[in-house]
Amino acid sequence: MTPYVENDQKIDTKLDAKVPPGPLAGKWDQYRFDLKLVNPANKKKFDIIVVGTGLAGASAAATLAELGYHVKNFCIQDSPRRAHSIAAQGGINAAKNYSNDGDSIWRLFYDTIKGGDFRAREANVYRLAQISNHIIDHCVAQGIPFARDYGGFLDNRSFGGAQVSRTFYAKGQTGQQLLLGAYSALMRQVASGMVKMFPRREMMELVVVDGRARGIVTRNLITGEIETYDGHAVVLATGGYGNVFNLSTNAMSSNVTASFRAYKKGAYFANPCFTQIHPTCIPVHGTFQSKLTLMSESLRNDGRVWVPKKPGDKRRAADIPESERDYYLENKYPSFGNLVPRDVASRNAKEQCDKGKGVGETGLAVYLDFEDAINRYGEDVVAGKYGNLFEMYEKITGENPYKTPMMIYPAVHYAMGGLWVDYNLMSTIDGLFVLGEANFSDHGANRLGASALMQGLADGYFIIPYTIGGYLAETTFSEVHAQNSDEFKKGVEAVNNRINRLLSVNGNRTVADFHRKLGLILWDHCGMSRNEEDLLKAKSMVNALKHEFWKDVYIPGIGKDLNQSLENAGRVADFLEFAELMITDALARKESCGCHFNTAFQTEENEARRDDENFCHVAAWEYAGEEKDPVFHKEPLEFENVKLSQRSYK
Amino acid sequence: MTTKTINLTLKVWRQNRGEKKGKLKTYFAKNISGDMSFLEMIDVVNEDLTKNREEPIAFDHDCREGICGMCGAVINGRAHGHEKETTLCQLHMRHFSDGDTIVIEPWRSRAFPIIKDLIVDRSALDRIIQSGGYISVNTGGAPDANAIPIAREVAETAFNAAACIGCGACVAACPNASAMLFVSAKISHLALLPQGRIEAAKRAKAMVRQMDQLGFGNCSNETECEAECPKGISIINIARLNREFLKAELC
Ligand SMILES: Cc1cc2nc3c(=O)[nH]c(=O)nc-3n(C[C@H](O)[C@H](O)[C@H](O)COP(=O)(O)OP(=O)(O)OC[C@H]3O[C@@H](n4cnc5c(N)ncnc54)[C@H](O)[C@@H]3O)c2cc1C
Ligand code: SF4
Ligand code: FES
Repeated sequence: MTPYVENDQKIDTKLDAKVPPGPLAGKWDQYRFDLKLVNPANKKKFDIIVVGTGLAGASAAATLAELGYHVKNFCIQDSPRRAHSIAAQGGINAAKNYSNDGDSIWRLFYDTIKGGDFRAREANVYRLAQISNHIIDHCVAQGIPFARDYGGFLDNRSFGGAQVSRTFYAKGQTGQQLLLGAYSALMRQVASGMVKMFPRREMMELVVVDGRARGIVTRNLITGEIETYDGHAVVLATGGYGNVFNLSTNAMSSNVTASFRAYKKGAYFANPCFTQIHPTCIPVHGTFQSKLTLMSESLRNDGRVWVPKKPGDKRRAADIPESERDYYLENKYPSFGNLVPRDVASRNAKEQCDKGKGVGETGLAVYLDFEDAINRYGEDVVAGKYGNLFEMYEKITGENPYKTPMMIYPAVHYAMGGLWVDYNLMSTIDGLFVLGEANFSDHGANRLGASALMQGLADGYFIIPYTIGGYLAETTFSEVHAQNSDEFKKGVEAVNNRINRLLSVNGNRTVADFHRKLGLILWDHCGMSRNEEDLLKAKSMVNALKHEFWKDVYIPGIGKDLNQSLENAGRVADFLEFAELMITDALARKESCGCHFNTAFQTEENEARRDDENFCHVAAWEYAGEEKDPVFHKEPLEFENVKLSQRSYK
Repeated sequence: MTTKTINLTLKVWRQNRGEKKGKLKTYFAKNISGDMSFLEMIDVVNEDLTKNREEPIAFDHDCREGICGMCGAVINGRAHGHEKETTLCQLHMRHFSDGDTIVIEPWRSRAFPIIKDLIVDRSALDRIIQSGGYISVNTGGAPDANAIPIAREVAETAFNAAACIGCGACVAACPNASAMLFVSAKISHLALLPQGRIEAAKRAKAMVRQMDQLGFGNCSNETECEAECPKGISIINIARLNREFLKAELC
């Protein structure tokens, strides 16, 4: 088996990142000036399809409509306000330096690049840090009720991977408040007639005409009707693929389908093996568990992580004296302590549990203890900061974290990988833009806390409105109408065939059963630590499971109806194929970096050992056909402004 | 964490798409762990139904952590069940006893037509927001975020109102099927903040008018909405709405 084809020799014209020339700090300003503009009177002649209503999609749809474009906006849920972004808890970063603690655009940029273990594109990350401040300004103007201090000014908290306090928050519901802000802007545009909203629709196919993205095929989730929509550009903001692991902190409908359909139409998939495993989640309790609940990382500000020093110590937390507790993060990383980046914290939790020092019934948990914080500041102060998180914990576990330490364990949380995009956020298909978690752009091999909300809103409010204009202004469009275009007809046919194929398997096993099996394979072999042997094993296991799925799955009901089993089946079918791509990518990256920890590549202190000589690149995969290995392309990463160094949080 | 399991009898509303009427059907949920959420319990029942080649119960859900507002059903006559300030996805089975019979029905309201089984159409809530539930600001050009200080208590009161998840339980719980709590939460959130003050009167008038037009009932201070709201939205917000509305009528 050839895992991938190297094409170093050829110049990869499709992978031109289009990073503008000039000094880092001035690139975006200069570029915005150089971009062609669409004449205001012409904007209304353009139809833009935006798939997704999370932070990225809703902010993009609203802003494009404000500019005068006609927007069609789609989401799976019954209302755009329910997109997965709503669940984000901890906060959103910005380089305001309101805390006067040494923050700056440069520092936010540097922390993000370093946190991502030097596997992200400098120019994109710098732009993100620049835009971060405008996001906060805009959100306050929208009426987002951020936390404030007694003087009435905005309050900040610290998050993992940073030594400054730059995270803006609204209790533990920051994502909710930001999304409702974007949603309200969107509703305003719906009222004005500039946005047409299509909820309860699932994008099933991308339509490409003459090499350009010109529309989508959707399934109406109420009637089962297959529908078509045309436009001059398609913007995907469909979120991350963490649910490939079955159990994750993502919402139940989070999927890879939209991205994967685009991949099959020619959009390259970048770094699919980069998935973040978040260190502070409520541990798994049983087979029928449907999802894992995140406990915001902000808890690590005041909570102290520990396990018993002695393996197999089954005493209650309260009965273990101070001297027999191992505060392993504080001991191992004195300068960052409990605030090390997520990948480091997760890996260390696993390491402790592997040594038999895990706590709780399953031994797959570590303590996150607030006793010191409560003693120091009082219960009221702690409740003020984390009250709703503590309540949520108690609701789920039935235990009171003010009295006994929380138990936490890592869980799949975020996809750094995603569709490859250039500086314009355009994929390798002309006219297909990808925003938010669905793209691969800014977080390298590990995302820092509170940076996804920032990225989603930067993409939607402040980047796409400019770059899509450049594309529309420079392109000559042919007339395309969904009703009488062959490409649309073929798209509908493909969707119908697939649905019929799924329904006609008529086997004996449920979709959920396959999803659980897939999740376990990936968690065990392509999770927090990886090695070649396991990955190869997993690849053939996933392939076998995929074949079983198409032989033995059973989906009740019919296609032309509200049929949630069918919805899930389509998503799981794509996850099964996508999992192989993830594993292929993990196999090809013969180094460790950030979340991708290959046990063959580690330092003496068990930290990830990068290989900058051979792997300082983005791996972008091109679909090559059914049962064929995808074609490897690489975008070399050049660091002109930061020095690559071994990440150290000691 | 609990290890003991319970057995339950469920009476679940089943209604096909396009049918005017549905009916309660009986199912058994066996070996349910107390650590499961209510929705995970339905997952188990659905998995069994599927294995027996019956159609599973259709129900809305997504985040499963009490924040998206997608889930919701009337459990033994109570919206989201009997636990205070809890969405259905966060209601855990440890609050039920072995042998219990549980009746599960969809939200019932003229403004929320049933689509299938437990799924209803709540798009009327979006239409209310479209009528004015926003601050009219375009992207770009906002002043520095700290330009206007806002007293901490004010920001917190606004936050508490803004915490509404748009689930519609207040409507389902109200004998008049009024959406007053939902509407007042948005009006309060925005009217409390200096940024939202400017349009407050216009907003109140437009949103209340829209609510009336969409077939929601009037508020007669039954306070059942507050009791069932999973996010603890207070009826003080309704008083605030009334003040704003009055101001709007006067000017
Ligand atoms: C529990 C939790 C807490 C988090 N906390 C934080 C935090 O504190 N700070 C932070 O920065 N980040 C946080 N994150 C990460 C962050 O929330 C997400 O990365 C971000 O919200 C993703 O936004 P998005 O707009 O890209 O996609 P999403 O919000 O996932 O939205 C996806 C949209 O696409 C639609 N969609 C998907 N597939 C299809 C399809 N096939 N057809 C049609 N529509 C489709 C969906 O309906 C939805 O509208 C958290 C994540 C989780 C899970
Ligand atoms: S006010 Fe409460 S019950 Fe009504 S929609 Fe909002 S959260 Fe749900
Ligand atoms: S599923 Fe999101 S609130 Fe219950």
